[in-house]
Amino acid sequence: MHLDHSHHGPSAVSADAHRPDGTRRALRIGLGGPVGSGKTATVAALCRALREELSLAVVTNDIYTREDAEFLLREAVLPPERISAVETGACPHTAIRDDISANLEAVEDLEDEVGPLDLILVESGGDNLTATFSKGLVDAQIFVIDVAGGDDIPRKGGPGVSTADLLVVNKTDLAPYVGSDLARMAADAKAQRGELPVVLQSLRSEEGVRDVADWVRARLAAWTA
Amino acid sequence: MSRAALLVLADGRFPAGGHAHSGGAEAAVKAGRITDAASLEEFCRGRLHTGAAMTAALAAAAALGVDPTGLDRAADARTPSPALRVAARKLGRQLMRAARATWPHPELDALAQRFPKGAHQPVVLGLTARAAGLGPEDAAYCSAYEGVSGPATAVVRLLGLDPFDATAVLARLAPELDRVAQDAVDAARRAMTDGVDALPARSAPLLEIGAEVHAGWPVRLFAS
Ligand SMILES: Nc1nc2c(ncn2[C@@H]2O[C@H](COP(=O)(O)OP(=O)(O)OP(=O)(O)O)[C@@H](O)[C@H]2O)c(=O)[nH]1
Ligand SMILES: [Mg+2]
Repeated sequence: MHLDHSHHGPSAVSADAHRPDGTRRALRIGLGGPVGSGKTATVAALCRALREELSLAVVTNDIYTREDAEFLLREAVLPPERISAVETGACPHTAIRDDISANLEAVEDLEDEVGPLDLILVESGGDNLTATFSKGLVDAQIFVIDVAGGDDIPRKGGPGVSTADLLVVNKTDLAPYVGSDLARMAADAKAQRGELPVVLQSLRSEEGVRDVADWVRARLAAWTA
Repeated sequence: MSRAALLVLADGRFPAGGHAHSGGAEAAVKAGRITDAASLEEFCRGRLHTGAAMTAALAAAAALGVDPTGLDRAADARTPSPALRVAARKLGRQLMRAARATWPHPELDALAQRFPKGAHQPVVLGLTARAAGLGPEDAAYCSAYEGVSGPATAVVRLLGLDPFDATAVLARLAPELDRVAQDAVDAARRAMTDGVDALPARSAPLLEIGAEVHAGWPVRLFAS
C-alpha cells in the first residue's frame, strides 16, 4: 500500500523544459512509424552508439505485450532500471498524441529514479502513417519506415512522413529482394519534406545507425546550448 | 455551477489516461462473462451498483470538501485488490496532471504534494470538480458514468461489438445511474458529519479477482 508519499514534491503540470527543482530536463526524442519498420532495432542501436557518452533512458509503448521492453532488456542495451514500458489500451497513437499523461509520468519517473539524464527515447507502438507525437511529450520526433513496407509510402505522405523532424527509411539491405526503388523513395521523401532531413539506413550494414546517432547528437547540442 | 465545465470534465476525451483501462471488461471478456450487448449491460449494471457506487460517493465527498487524505485511506480500505489500488492511483496521478493544467487550484496542488505518485482517482476527481466550480452531484455523476462508459468503450475494441449497441447499453442504464449518483451524494453529505465510515463499501469480488488475474497476463490490450 502507498499511504505515505509526503517526501516528494509535486510533478510539473506540463512539459516544461525545466524540472521542478529548476534544472534542465532531458531531451526527449520520439520514434514512431508502422509496425515492424525497425523502431526498436533503431532504439537499441542508438543506445549502443550513445551510452558511453550520454546518460540515456528509454520508454516503450507496446500495443498489447511488453515485447519491445523485453527485447531491449534481453539485448542488455541499457541497465533494466533505465527502460520503462507504458500500456496503451489498444490505441498507441492516443498515448503519444491525444492523452500523453502516462508517457509523461514514465519520462518524469525515469528522471527522478535514474537521473540526471541527457536523453530519453520514447518508442511508440507500431501504428499507421498518421500517428505523430504531441509536442507536449517530445522535443523532436523520428519517423521510421522501411523499404519492405512498399516503396510508395514516401509518396503517400501523411503527417509522419511529411512532418517528422527526421525520416528514416530503414532496411535498405532488403531493397533488392522486395523490388523497392531507393532512389525513388528518396526523391518522393524529398518532395514531401522539403528541407527536413531523411536518412536511408540498414542496421545490418557497417554504418548501421551512424547517421541517426549524429542527428541525435546535433539535436542534443542545440538543446543544451 | 457551470454546465459547460461539467461537459469538459465528463468528456471521454479529457486527457486523463482512462483510454488505457477497461474497468475489468478485458478480464470479463476473456472469462466469457461478456460476449454481447446483453452481457455487457449486466456487467455494467453490476459495476454501477458496486465499484462505481463507491467511487461516486468518494468523489462527491471530495467535492464537498471532506479531507482528501482520509478519503484516500477510505478508498484503499474499500479496494481489496492491490492491482486495482495501483490502477486507481495511476489514474489519479494522470487526472491530477490534467486537472492542474485545466483548473489550477491550491487544493489540487496540496493533494499533488501529499501524493506525488497519485491519490485514488475518485478523490482527485472530486477535488477537480471543486476546482472547476462544480458540485458533489457533478462529481458523483462523472465517477458513476466513467464506471460504466469505460467498460463499454473497451468492449467495442475487444469484441468488435457494434458501437451503437454499446452506447444504447449506457442509455438504458441512465435511470439507474441517476439513482446511484443521488445515493452517492446523500452518503457524501453524511460523511461530512459522521466521517468516511458513512460512505458505501461495496466491492465486487469477481471484479477484484479478475483484476488480480489480469495483472498477471503477459499479453493484454488494457492496463486494467
Ligand atoms: N534486414 C533488416 N532487418 C531489420 C533492420 N532493422 C530492423 N530489422 C528487423 O526487422 C524486424 C522488426 O524490427 P523492430 O525493431 O522490432 O521493429 P519495430 O518498428 O520496433 O516493430 P513494432 O514495435 O512491432 O512496431 C526485426 O526482426 C529486426 O531485426 C534492417 O535494417 N535490415
Ligand atoms: Mg518496437
